[in-house]
Amino acid sequence: MNKFMRFLPFLVFGVLGAFLAYGIGKDPTKLPSAVIGSPLPEFRLLDVHDDTQFITESDLTGQYALLNFWGTWCPACHIEHPYLMELAAQGVVIYGVDYKDQLEPAREWLVRYGDPYRRVVFDVGGKLGFDMGVTGAPETYLISPDGVVLARYQGPVDQQVFETVFRPLMLTN
Amino acid sequence: MVAEFGLFALWIAFAASLLLAVVPMVGSYRDSSLLMTVDRPLARVLFIALSGSVIALAIAFLNDDFSVAYVANHSNSLLPWYYKITAVWGSHEGSVLFQLWILSIWIIAFSLFSKRVDTVLRARVLSVLGLVSLGFCAFILFTSSPFERLLPFAPGEGSDLNPLLQDFGMIIHPPLLYIGYVGFAISYGFAIAALLSNRLDREWARWARPWTAIAMGFLTLGIVIGSWWAYAELGWGGWWFWDPVENASLMPWLVGVALVHSLSVSEQRGAFLSWTLLLSISAFSLSLLGAFLVRSGVITSVHAFASDPERGMFILWILFIAVGGGLLLYALKLPKNLKAKPFGLTGREFFLLLNNVFLVVITVTVLIGTLWPLIADALNWGKISVGAQYFNAIAIPMFTLMSVLVPIGVYANWGGSSSELGSKLLVPIALSLLIALGAGALIDFSLSTILVWWLGCWLLVATLDQLRRATAGFNKTKLMSLRSGLWGMYLSHAGIGVAIIGVGMTTLHSAEVDVRMGEGDSHVVGSYEFTLREFAPLRGPNYQSESATIDVYYRERLVATLVPEKRRYVATGQIMTEAAVDDGLTRDLYVALGEPLDNGDWAVRLQVKSFMRWVWYGGAMIFLGGLLAGFDRRYRRKYE
Repeated sequence: MNKFMRFLPFLVFGVLGAFLAYGIGKDPTKLPSAVIGSPLPEFRLLDVHDDTQFITESDLTGQYALLNFWGTWCPACHIEHPYLMELAAQGVVIYGVDYKDQLEPAREWLVRYGDPYRRVVFDVGGKLGFDMGVTGAPETYLISPDGVVLARYQGPVDQQVFETVFRPLMLTN
Repeated sequence: MVAEFGLFALWIAFAASLLLAVVPMVGSYRDSSLLMTVDRPLARVLFIALSGSVIALAIAFLNDDFSVAYVANHSNSLLPWYYKITAVWGSHEGSVLFQLWILSIWIIAFSLFSKRVDTVLRARVLSVLGLVSLGFCAFILFTSSPFERLLPFAPGEGSDLNPLLQDFGMIIHPPLLYIGYVGFAISYGFAIAALLSNRLDREWARWARPWTAIAMGFLTLGIVIGSWWAYAELGWGGWWFWDPVENASLMPWLVGVALVHSLSVSEQRGAFLSWTLLLSISAFSLSLLGAFLVRSGVITSVHAFASDPERGMFILWILFIAVGGGLLLYALKLPKNLKAKPFGLTGREFFLLLNNVFLVVITVTVLIGTLWPLIADALNWGKISVGAQYFNAIAIPMFTLMSVLVPIGVYANWGGSSSELGSKLLVPIALSLLIALGAGALIDFSLSTILVWWLGCWLLVATLDQLRRATAGFNKTKLMSLRSGLWGMYLSHAGIGVAIIGVGMTTLHSAEVDVRMGEGDSHVVGSYEFTLREFAPLRGPNYQSESATIDVYYRERLVATLVPEKRRYVATGQIMTEAAVDDGLTRDLYVALGEPLDNGDWAVRLQVKSFMRWVWYGGAMIFLGGLLAGFDRRYRRKYE
């Protein structure tokens, strides 16, 4: 066996190791969302406010609305929450999706910090999030009156984001 | 208090591992038999300390000590006691501890049952194992202690064990898998010791064989039971998904199987020695890679523990040191002039070489497929994930070809030039073809059905024929005195045949429908009629559920009553599908509740899965085969 062949396994492992090291700390779930421009995916999930009721995609249509993925486990959602309260007070329709979360803490949160949502979908298994290409909370989508996804924003929404990403589409569409 | 005791015991284990890693190794270079045999007390201390640590964690669970973070996050006072115990290995921190404890069992077993092994080699194997144990100890102590407290504000109630893990399959699946994974540490230790001692020969291969066979056997059972768990618990009737974590367990298994066979060539013929060495390092490396993939979060999977870069980095360092170090040593110190007996194209060696080539090609395929999302992302080729088609396209033809060759390899003689090889094959081929045509006639005459049955029966018939030849026509005294190693081989090969029929039939001939059902509704699937008798609410210890009672009729006769459930776990609000399965030799009846519909009806999935059990039976046979091979008395005798 010549020298190169002896070192081959080590070299192969070196290349492999480099890829593994690259992967550390990167979020493998970060994928571009393919839903923009298409209708909301079909779903049928419980309502956080009243868990005997189901919410489906058709319940979210009728006006421009924000669809906000959040969770009590998500620190950035704390930061975002007051601005959502403000938007709701201005009359913007916001639907919440309680994403990979638990029912009781979610209700507690809405009581403690206020409830900006018209309805809150309980997406415990992350199914709706998966269909929408959600990579983490918070994430917010703009839905047209006929139920088409118009825009997406990853991270906490603030006034600047709302004015630049969502507001223009709500006027022109 | 008990958590602190567990942590203290873990530190003792750390110290014992450190001593084990250093002392016998130093002894082996100083030629001091005292230092080389100090492993016995050290292995005992290590085992007792880790047992204490695991028991401490179990007690914390049983006592509902929610001041311990790990307990608070993974248990609940309503959880049944047996799930409290299994919660010990139900999540990241505890499962590493549990895995380490299993390593200590392997270490103590090796330290007790390796009297035949050359003293220097043995001391070095044990030191390598000490080093592996040290790495895991450090990993737990520095990044993943299950004994951390939530003080001063301990929660009054725990947040419950993931309902997916509240299942019998989950109780036994991880331990078995860990026994397999960790067992390859011994093969790895043998490889490193061989390189350090410049000692690579037939005797070395004989010493390494039983340990490898047993590890491979347990890994097989672990994978099979994991697959069974997914089938019973995930609720959609699949049993293999090419999920990254499944792949992570499959890769060491493939290499382990290759290793078991290449070791036999190395022992019997002194051939493939450097290859065997490389496989020994690879099997353990792939086990470590599996641990890395599961615990670092670099790949998404249903099994993955929470992503944590710090832990990922730590395992990556262990991986670099163990694998990189091992392979570097291989490059630098591989003994030269390894002499092997020559063999021809009809020699058993040649068929075992093909077996190894196939297995390694499948392994590389799975490895690339599993890491592809990571590689593509690193090279900026976009976000890609690899689907089942890719894996199936390569693995199925490879497995098929390999299975065809299995009996031929066993019929062939070492070295080759067996003129009657062709005539030996004739009868089993003809007989299996006959059975396959018969089965095909009973089922559907399709070519694929006949191929599946032929392949399965070819392995079964040929193996039976080989047993007949080895025992002079099933002579009773010969049967009784047949080496358990041979029994192991026959049983494993027959197990592959059984599994092939299971996999093939369930893929080709299963029927499933998704239907809407109310009370009194009936649906026919295959030749079975499913009638929904009633819906009823049920209460479990820590969940509430909706259940449906479904009677299944075959030719107007009631054959089974199934009660699938949709459970809702109280503490987490998680909804779980509890499928109901009636298992039979030739078919499983599988019913799962989907979603509730508006007027009280439910969406229900009804399945008839052909020959499903045979997949598990085949796996169980391979497991038993591995054990029998490992406990062959030949390995306990002195080498002539």
